[in-house]
Amino acid sequence: MNNNDIVLRVEDIHKSFGGNEVLRGVSFDVRRGETKVFIGPSGTGKSTLLRCINQLTPPDCGNVWLDGEEVTNSGARINYFRQKIGMVFQNFFLFDHLTALKNVELALLKVRGMGKAEAREKALTELRQVGMEDWADHYPAELSGGQAQRVSIARALAMDPDVILFDEPTSALDPELTREVLEVMKKLAREGMTMLVVTHEMGFACSVANEVLFMENGVVAEQGSPDLLLHDPRFTRMKDFIGRIDSRMED
Amino acid sequence: MDVLLILIDWFPYLLSGVAATLGLVLAALVLGLLLGLPMALGQVYGSRPVRWVVSVYVWFFRGLPILVLLFLFWFGIFPGLGLGNLSAFVVGAVVLGLRGAAYQSQIFRGAILSVGEGQMIAARSLGMSRLTAIRSVILPQAMRIALPGWSNEYPNILTDSAVCYAIGVVELLTITSRIVTQTHITMPIYLTAAGIFIILNYGGLKALHRLEKRIAIPGFGTGAM
Repeated sequence: MNNNDIVLRVEDIHKSFGGNEVLRGVSFDVRRGETKVFIGPSGTGKSTLLRCINQLTPPDCGNVWLDGEEVTNSGARINYFRQKIGMVFQNFFLFDHLTALKNVELALLKVRGMGKAEAREKALTELRQVGMEDWADHYPAELSGGQAQRVSIARALAMDPDVILFDEPTSALDPELTREVLEVMKKLAREGMTMLVVTHEMGFACSVANEVLFMENGVVAEQGSPDLLLHDPRFTRMKDFIGRIDSRMED
Repeated sequence: MDVLLILIDWFPYLLSGVAATLGLVLAALVLGLLLGLPMALGQVYGSRPVRWVVSVYVWFFRGLPILVLLFLFWFGIFPGLGLGNLSAFVVGAVVLGLRGAAYQSQIFRGAILSVGEGQMIAARSLGMSRLTAIRSVILPQAMRIALPGWSNEYPNILTDSAVCYAIGVVELLTITSRIVTQTHITMPIYLTAAGIFIILNYGGLKALHRLEKRIAIPGFGTGAM
């Protein structure tokens, strides 16, 4: 593996809330074009880990590097790094007072300083990417959850990020809507977008992930290709976890 | 019959009081907005000393009767600051505005706090500074949420403005009493003044309501019906 391929480096991230240590030293490297999927029980720090990467939650210690530049302790330059690290949220967090188009345009205008015509053009292109160009003039309240999530993916894409963090992007959606969002994410993965995805969708993990990181108690307990973690007898913990989910669903 | 003729005679003079009253209300609303909005931002996003100063301000201006405030500023504070030659109209408008700012700040504060915290998180995740996020994402939503409550400030200040009579501002009530003194006709003239207050109230609220509808957006409960 060539070192230059590494776009994101996460080193020994620790984070406590009160006396509760949610992350106890998490490290990994992300190569350009790679999709990494984080799986694990609730409360094991997966979402906190994503927020530590773009400093929405500053870690207690540890470092994050994007393209060789340190993201942690970067002061006001954090706003530059956040443009390069897109984020998609479980509850979409679309700007409620703006149409789909304006949601995608806003940061182009206010952060990247683009002209109106150029920003509009770019926003429409991104909406087309996620199949939402016909809904450009609708407000978030008028969109289904799946549509809203696709717009929020377009909003992240518009900044031309080096990597996008997906924080349980389908957990608020029913199966039908989940599928339309996963389709968009699969397409992005195929097109070479670098993605870190926290999800419970095993099907997505198996078909798209280059690597699965199984997290438990604030550390990466198992790490490898989906095939390896699911079928190699040396790995048991993720299989146990999935078994527990399945049996719960059968109840 | 005589009464009606006298009323018609004095009516233009009565209307001159309307201009002064509306001037007071408008000045007070604008001053209250210009001070109240930054105060709300300070109270939500400011440092501890800023929050403390705003709290003391709000406590002071909401805690004293309007008449006490008027006398304090008219007889004490403004002359003490070397501003003794300010007209009663200016003092009245400023006091109504300062007091309005205390109330308006709390309307805006509540509205800002009711914008979901995800809005700020999403804005910051795109690389917006806090200031840009407040300006482009939080405030446009907060102002829409605040408008119905803010509209209440209009009838409040309109009716409060009559108290400026006490420091000699020549507004609607002052002129009404002058006419009563001159003509010795009491009830018909006070009723006419009351009618004018009601019309001003109704007209202003109607206009504000129209504004609410104009800026309404699906998903925001600001009278979009």
